[in-house]
Amino acid sequence: MNITLVVNGTEHTADIEPRRLLVDFIRSTLKLTGTHIGCDTTSCGVCTVLLDGTPVKSCTVFAVQANGRSITTVEGLKQNGQLAPIQEAFKEHHGLQCGFCTPAMMLVGSALIAENPSPSEDDVRWAISGNLCRCTGYVNIVKSIRAAAEATSQGATS
Amino acid sequence: MYPAKFDYLAPESMGEALAILAERGDEVKILAGGQSLIPMMKLRLARPSTLVDINRLPDLDAIDVQNSHLRVQALARHADVVRSDVVKSENALMASAAPWVADPIVRNLGTVCGSVAHHDPEGDWASVMLALDAEVVAVSKEGHAHFHPGADGERHTGGTRVIPINQFLVDMFTTLLHPSELVAEIRVPRYERGGGNYQKLERKIGDYATVGVAAHLELDGDDRIGKAGLALTSVYASNLKVREAEDLLVGESPSDELFAEAAQIARNACDPAGDVRGSADFKRHIVDVFTRRALAESLTIAQGGAS
Amino acid sequence: MTTTVHQPRTSAEIGGLGHSRRRVEDARFIEGQGHYVDDIELPSMLHMVIHRSPLAHARIVSIDTSEAEAVEGVVAVVTGELLAGYNLAWMPTLSGDTQAVLATDKVRFQGQEIAAVIATDRYIAEDAAELIQVEYDDLEPIVNPQRALERDAPLIRDDKEGQDSNLCYEWESGDKAAVDDAFAAAAKVVSLETFYPRSHPAPLETCGVVADVDSVTGQATIYMTSQAPHAHRTVFALVAGLPEQNIRIISPDIGGGFGNKVPVYPGYVVATAASLVIGKPVKWVETRTENLISTGFARDYHMKGELAVSEEGRILALRVDMLSDQGAFFADAQPTKFRAGLFHIVTGSYDYPAAHVTTRGAYTNKAPGGVAYRCSFRVTEASYLIERLVQNAAYEIGMDPAEFRARNFIQPEQFPYLSPTGFVYDSGDYEKAMRLAMEMVGYDDIQAEKESARAEGRLVGIGMASFTEVVGAGHGEEYDILGLKMFDSAELRVHPTGKAILKLGVRSQGQGHETTFAQIVAEELGIPASDIKVVEGDTDNTPYGLGTYASRSTPVAGAATAMIARKLRDKARKIAAHLLEASEDDLEWEPGKFSVAGDPDSSVTIQDVAFAAYTNPPPDLEAGLEGVNYYDPPNMTYPFGTYMVVVDVDPESGQWKVRRMVAVDDCGVRINPMIVEGQIHGGLAEGYAMSSMQYITFDEAGNCIGSNFMDYLIPTAWETPRFELGETVTPSPHHPIGAKGVGESATVGSPAAFVNAVIDALAHLGVRNIDMPVSADRVWAAMEQARA
Repeated sequence: MNITLVVNGTEHTADIEPRRLLVDFIRSTLKLTGTHIGCDTTSCGVCTVLLDGTPVKSCTVFAVQANGRSITTVEGLKQNGQLAPIQEAFKEHHGLQCGFCTPAMMLVGSALIAENPSPSEDDVRWAISGNLCRCTGYVNIVKSIRAAAEATSQGATS
Repeated sequence: MYPAKFDYLAPESMGEALAILAERGDEVKILAGGQSLIPMMKLRLARPSTLVDINRLPDLDAIDVQNSHLRVQALARHADVVRSDVVKSENALMASAAPWVADPIVRNLGTVCGSVAHHDPEGDWASVMLALDAEVVAVSKEGHAHFHPGADGERHTGGTRVIPINQFLVDMFTTLLHPSELVAEIRVPRYERGGGNYQKLERKIGDYATVGVAAHLELDGDDRIGKAGLALTSVYASNLKVREAEDLLVGESPSDELFAEAAQIARNACDPAGDVRGSADFKRHIVDVFTRRALAESLTIAQGGAS
Repeated sequence: MTTTVHQPRTSAEIGGLGHSRRRVEDARFIEGQGHYVDDIELPSMLHMVIHRSPLAHARIVSIDTSEAEAVEGVVAVVTGELLAGYNLAWMPTLSGDTQAVLATDKVRFQGQEIAAVIATDRYIAEDAAELIQVEYDDLEPIVNPQRALERDAPLIRDDKEGQDSNLCYEWESGDKAAVDDAFAAAAKVVSLETFYPRSHPAPLETCGVVADVDSVTGQATIYMTSQAPHAHRTVFALVAGLPEQNIRIISPDIGGGFGNKVPVYPGYVVATAASLVIGKPVKWVETRTENLISTGFARDYHMKGELAVSEEGRILALRVDMLSDQGAFFADAQPTKFRAGLFHIVTGSYDYPAAHVTTRGAYTNKAPGGVAYRCSFRVTEASYLIERLVQNAAYEIGMDPAEFRARNFIQPEQFPYLSPTGFVYDSGDYEKAMRLAMEMVGYDDIQAEKESARAEGRLVGIGMASFTEVVGAGHGEEYDILGLKMFDSAELRVHPTGKAILKLGVRSQGQGHETTFAQIVAEELGIPASDIKVVEGDTDNTPYGLGTYASRSTPVAGAATAMIARKLRDKARKIAAHLLEASEDDLEWEPGKFSVAGDPDSSVTIQDVAFAAYTNPPPDLEAGLEGVNYYDPPNMTYPFGTYMVVVDVDPESGQWKVRRMVAVDDCGVRINPMIVEGQIHGGLAEGYAMSSMQYITFDEAGNCIGSNFMDYLIPTAWETPRFELGETVTPSPHHPIGAKGVGESATVGSPAAFVNAVIDALAHLGVRNIDMPVSADRVWAAMEQARA
C-alpha cells in the first residue's frame, strides 16, 4: 500500500505492507534509528513518537495508519541546528545513562511541557508512567524534564 | 513480534465502513485504538485476514451531553475522557476510573468503545459501564438483514440498535455485537445527585487490575439511595455486576454498616482465581475492602463533598 | 542532596577527580544517534529468527523444516543436526559446562533454541519459523531444585558423561568445627529460611548480534551486545575454530547490560555460523519474550542462615546453607574458584570469628544463568541474607536493630580485616555511614512514631541494611573466568598536540566511561578531560580485558588507567627535565605543568612535553608518549553503606508505600559525583523492583510465568520511590586513586532495607519473614497468619 506522511517536517512516500509496524517503518525504511524497540507487549515505551503531536507507542501502530499524518521522532527535536531545551536539560542534569529510553522520555517530556508549562514532580512521574527506564531510577529524568519546562517558560517570556 | 499478513481498509465514511462490514463482517476486525488488538496480532494470538481502520470516520470522537445521557463516541480516546470537563462534571465514576486505564501513552490511542467491544475480562471500562447501566449503540448498514446473536434470535434489518450493557457483555471477549455491526457510541445515564468511584489494585501502572471495584450511588430527595451500581473487575469469569448488593442498597439510608453489608455480598458473589497477583482469599478480601471504600467515596461526592 | 566530601584538586577546565563533568556520550544519545546493534545495517544483510521449544523437558523425535524452507525469502534453516557437522551443536559456557546451541537430543527448558530461520526480512523469517514442525516426547519437567536432587528425579543432563544426578556443583567455605562450637555455646540462635526469587536484569535493549564473516578474507566482524568483548572473542575462537586474529568483536553502544550481556548465547553462535556458511551478514536481535525466557536470569537462591549470638548481643558465628537453581546448564559467569560466586561474603559487615557456608547448585528445566542483575557475583543474595538475619536477631534479643549492628560492626581500626571466609576487607567505617543515614532519616522520630501510629490504626516500619560489597575482580591468583585471569587494561597515547586517546579493556553499557576514565587521566596528567578520547569495545583497537560487570571497571581498569598515566607522567618528567635543562629531582609538578623548584617562570606544560616527545625527545629516550598497563589488583575493594527505608503499610489491603528512602554510600573516592549518584539511583530503583514486584516463576508443566513485561514487572516512575543520598568517603588503601566502584552497591544493599521496613511494620505481630516480592497479597497473608 502507498502511504505519504510527514516525518520531522519532511514528506515521505513509500509502498509498504499493512502489517509493517510504524516503529519498523521509521527504523528500517526511513533509517531513523533513534526510535527503539524494547518489548513485545506494548509495555516499555521506548518506541514512543509523536503522532500529530501526541505521544503514541509506535510499535502498536501500523505504518499505514499514519498515512496522511505527521510524526515527530527524536531526530526532529533539534531545530535549525539548535538543540531543543529538553535535549539540553537531559545533558545538563544527567537524565540518561545507556540512552535507550532517552528519545522516548524526551518526546513525552516535550509533549507534557506543551500541555503543562510548569509540571510538578508528580505531574512528570505520572506523564512518563508509560515509559520504562532501567538505568536512572527516573530521578534525573524527572529533574531534566522539569528543568526543560522552566527553560522553555523563560525562553518564551524572554 | 510481527503480525501475520492481513489486508487493510481505511474507509472515509460510516456508510463505507458499514458496507464493508455487511459484506465481510465475519472475516474482518475493526481497528480503532488498536491498543488491545495490535498486541494480540503481534503475538499472533489474533490473525484477522482484514483490518478495517475506522480512525478516518468523521464526527465520531465526541464526549458530550445528549438530553438524558452522556455520550461517548467510538473514537473518543481514554485520554479524552481523562481531560474532559464534561465527564468531570457529569460522572464521578468515569472520571475516577479513566486515569487508571492502561498507561498515559496507551490512553492516547485506546478507545472506551473499543475497550467495551473487546471485553477483556480484566478491562476496567466494562465494570464502569455495568455499574452505570450504560447502553451500547451498535450500528450496521440499513437494510442489511441478519440475525442477531443472543437469546432473542430476532431478525433485524440493520440500522441502529441500543443494547443495555449487561446484555451486551456476554462472556470474556464475547459480546452481542454482530459481525456486521460496530459500536458507534456508549450512552451513560445522567443523574441529579450522585457520585461514583473506581478502586483499582494494580501492582504497577499498566498492569491489569488485581481487583477493581466500580461503585455508583444516586441519592433521592430523602437522602436515601435512589440508585446503586456495583461492578467488579478481574474477580470472575468476566466483569461482574453485583445486583444483589445493588438491590440491598436501593431505598436505604447510607451508612457504614450498610456499605459493609453490601461489601460482604460482593465478596461472596465474586469467584476470583488464585494466581501470581494473589490468592483467591486475598482477592475476595480486597473486594470487601475496596467496595466499602468505593461506596464511601461515592457517598461523599454525592453529598457534595470534595474528593 | 549530597554533601560533596571530596574536593577536586584540579580546575574545572582540567576536570579531574571529583568534578561532576557532564557526559561526553550524551551528545549522540540526545540526538538519537546512538549506535546500538539493531541500528546496524550492512549490505546484503539477512535476518535470523529462532524457533524455540514450547516444552520444558522433552525428547526431540523429529524436526521438519521443509515448509519453512519453502517460504519465499527464506535463505536457510539451521538445525542442531546441521551445526553438529561443524561441531557447533554444543558450546562451552563461562562456567566450564557445555550448553546446547541448537537442541539435538532433547529440550531442557521452555524457550530453548531448536532451529533458526535466515531470511531477507524479519517478518518473513518469523512467518517461516512458525512453520517448523517439531515432534516431542514429553518428559517430567523439574521446576524446583529440591525435586531435582531427589533420588528418583529424571536426569536432566544425560548429555554429560559421568553425570548421574541433577547436582550441578557443591562448594563450601569457612570452618565447620569452629562454627559448631560457637553454636553450642551461644545464648541465642536466630535462624531464617528465605528464598531470593528468580528475576531478570531485563535491560531495555535486548541481546543481539550482526555477524559478518567475509568469505574472501576470512575476517569475521561480529557486532554484539557484549559486556566482555575480548573474552567473547577468545571463546568464539575456541568454539568456532576461527583463528583469533581474524575475529573482530565490536561492542557498539549497549542499551543496558546489568549482567545480561555477559554470557555467550546460542543466537550469537548460530548467526556467526550462518554468516560463515552463507557468506552474507546475518543479524539476530531477540524479542523481549526471548530475552526473559532464555537469557541469563538472576538469583533463584534458597537460603538458610543461622546466627549464634551471645548474651551481650555479640554475634559469635554464622552458619549458612544454600541451594541454587541453576537452570538447565551451568552457564553463568563467576570466577572458576568460587562456584557460588562471592556468596561467601555473607558474613557481612560484622566482626566475629567463625562462619561456615555450604552451597549446592541443581540443574532444573529452566533457562540457564544466575549471575546477573547487578548481583556482583552473588553478593546481592549474600547481603540480603545477612541483613535480614541481623534484623531478625535484633528483634529476638530485644535490641534496637541499629544498635545491634553498631555493637557488631567491624571497627575502623580493624582494617584490613580478614573475614572468616577468607576475604580481606580493605577499609571501612560502617558506623559512620549508619549514623549519617539515621540522622538523615530522623531515625528516633520514626521509631517513636511507630507506636502512636499503631494506636491510630496505621502501620509504620523502618528498615535498614548496612551492607559491605566486594568488587573489583580480581587478583589473578584467585580470580579467573575459563582460565582467563581477571586483570584489566588501559592503553594511553598522548598526541603531539597534547591531546590523548585512552583505550580500555572494559565496556560501558551506560556507566559513562567515556567521561569518567578521561577524568582519571586528567587528574594524573593535567590534560583537560575534554581533550581525551576514550575508546572501548572494539577488540582490534583496545587492549585485552575481561569487561564490565560485577562493578569491576573502576577498581581494575580504573587502576590500570591511573598506573599508565603515572608511568607517562614519569616519562614526561624526563622530557621536561630535558627541555628545562634541569635535573628531574628539581622539578615540581602541578596538574598540567612541570616547573623548576624555586623558579616558577621556568616551566613547561604537559602539552609542551607532548610535542617534544615527538619533535625533541631526550637522546636516551624512545620517542612518543604512550604505554599500556595490565593491572592485576592486589585485592578486591569493599564499598559499603547503610540504607534506610520508612514505609507505611495499609493494614487492610497489605499495600505498602515508601515514605522515605535514605541511601548513604561509601565507594571511596568518587571520580564523578553526578555519575556515582546516577548509578545509585538506578540500583535503588532496581532493588525496589526486586523487593516489591519482580519474579519469574514456573508452573508444574515448566511453563515460564514472567516471560514478558505484562508478567515480569518493571516499576514506572509512578511506583518508584524518591531517594535521598548521602555519602561518606573511606578510600581504598590499595587502589591507585582510592576508588572502590559503586555500580552494584544499591542493588546489593537495598532489597533488605525495603523488606526489613515492611517486616518492621509487622514485627509487633510476630512476623519475621515475607519472601520477595513482598506484594500486597503476601503482606496480607502474613498479617492474617500472625493474627491466627
